Amino acid sequence: MKALSINNLTKTYSNGFNALKGISLHVEQGDFFALLGPNGAGKSTTIGIITSLVTKSSGQVSVFGTDLDSAPEVAKSHIGLVPQEFNFNGFEQVKHILITQAGYYGMPAKVAEPRADELLLQLGLWEKRHTPARALSGGMKRRLMIARALVHKPQLLILDEPTAGVDIELRRSMWTFLQDINEQGTTIILTTHYLEEAENLCRNIAIIDKGKIIENTDMKSLLNRLDKETFILYLSEDLKPNFELKGISYKQIDDTTLEVEINRNEGLNHLFSLLNQQKINVSSMKNKANRLEELFLSLVEKSEATL
Amino acid sequence: MTSQISQRWVAFNTLLTREVRRFIRIWPQTLLPPAITMTLYFIIFGNLIGSRIGEMGGFSYMEYIAPGIIMMSVINNAYANVASSFYSAKFQSHIEELLVAPIPNVLILAGYVAGGTARGLCVGLIVTIVSLFFTSIEIQHLLVTISMVVLSAVMFALGGFINAIYARSFDEISIIPTFILTPMTYLGGVFYSISLLPEFWQNVSLLNPILYMVNAFRFGMLGVSDIAVEIAFAIILVCIAGLTSFALYLLNKGTGIRN
Repeated sequence: MKALSINNLTKTYSNGFNALKGISLHVEQGDFFALLGPNGAGKSTTIGIITSLVTKSSGQVSVFGTDLDSAPEVAKSHIGLVPQEFNFNGFEQVKHILITQAGYYGMPAKVAEPRADELLLQLGLWEKRHTPARALSGGMKRRLMIARALVHKPQLLILDEPTAGVDIELRRSMWTFLQDINEQGTTIILTTHYLEEAENLCRNIAIIDKGKIIENTDMKSLLNRLDKETFILYLSEDLKPNFELKGISYKQIDDTTLEVEINRNEGLNHLFSLLNQQKINVSSMKNKANRLEELFLSLVEKSEATL
Repeated sequence: MTSQISQRWVAFNTLLTREVRRFIRIWPQTLLPPAITMTLYFIIFGNLIGSRIGEMGGFSYMEYIAPGIIMMSVINNAYANVASSFYSAKFQSHIEELLVAPIPNVLILAGYVAGGTARGLCVGLIVTIVSLFFTSIEIQHLLVTISMVVLSAVMFALGGFINAIYARSFDEISIIPTFILTPMTYLGGVFYSISLLPEFWQNVSLLNPILYMVNAFRFGMLGVSDIAVEIAFAIILVCIAGLTSFALYLLNKGTGIRN
């Protein structure tokens, strides 16, 4: 079953800006789906339309088979949204925010209270349950937004840059939490600027640019398309003046650092045998950029070149 | 179907509770000022000036103005509550909590209007208690009194909602109360009977809906009115129907809240 189906969605704002130019997108139930794109590409507009915060110009959206226009209440009851900006009432206490949100979804207080307590514990907000939301730290506010989106047990969770401005420790704990709820059956759609996040978490991906879907596939096939990878090699000793890597495209960054571009079909063995022959020890290495990031940039560049 | 009705009831009740909790939490801004202002009205207009005016409509001036002052506080507070609460929700973006939830627009409107009505009635009760320190109140027609005060609060809560939908700054939610609502209230027969005005101004006053509310409410409390109570009810019900339709039209269109 499709968790989300979007067909020929368009949005033209009152100033004439065409934010969406007829996009179609389908997300399977249980998927962890990445919706990526540069700033202003149309991601937030798409999410806004799915969640009824933005009025579409034309097209059709259905959530778990329910059309958003003909049965908005049923369709909306399946969705939980974690928006980009903090949008709770900062004067309300943390627990009140969750119970109130649950109430909007028709959950009576006797059901909402234990559910709120459960989420507060899971997301490390229990100690702050009686604190006004404005007094929380940035990371806690992010977790509160996730708790609020989950309080009515949505089948489809939409996260619009949930880890923006969040430190790496918290980001990783949020990844684990999201993976857990996805494994429990919640379909997740994620937009993020951290492409490492999308690569680690998501199984399928769509890339949107200038209001059009320029790529929509599974993560594995997309990454397989990467024909070159760039690695940074850290050497244990200074390079000799006559150093050379025949047949390999490389750049010497400094005396102990090399940037090497490897074709996907060549692999790394040839590189390491050349280094071995010259008795050069590599102490560590890393990808120059995240693999998805390289692909993303090349796809967006291609898309811009065709426009 | 039953489940849907019960879910909607929970949603409405949640919104109403949130609104009531809000105005109680900030009681020094919402409940205390009208009590102080209306006490001053009773002291200055009722006690000091009123004693020189003498009787009006067969009652002491204090007795005569008490219903108008109560009604004035009810409509001002019903309006202000919805205007400020809904605009704040827009301003802080937490209106999105409601917009993403499966709540029909009519329930969003009903929740805010019920919240505004609750504050209007709460302040009305406080001012009524204050008025008892200055005059005795004997309600002549309980049903008329209660229904008129509730309908008036509903009508002005709807007005506050529409104001908040259009408002783009906090200034814009105070313009209407300052430049329209307050003059209409003062000219709506709170402090005088329109029979004291020249005929032309009596006719002009009949265009002011607040005149009908104040007089119908005064009829309920004292048994005297400048206008027919049936007409007052008809006008207020028509106004409520018109404002409700317009507010729902704006909500359905997404004016001021949906991009």
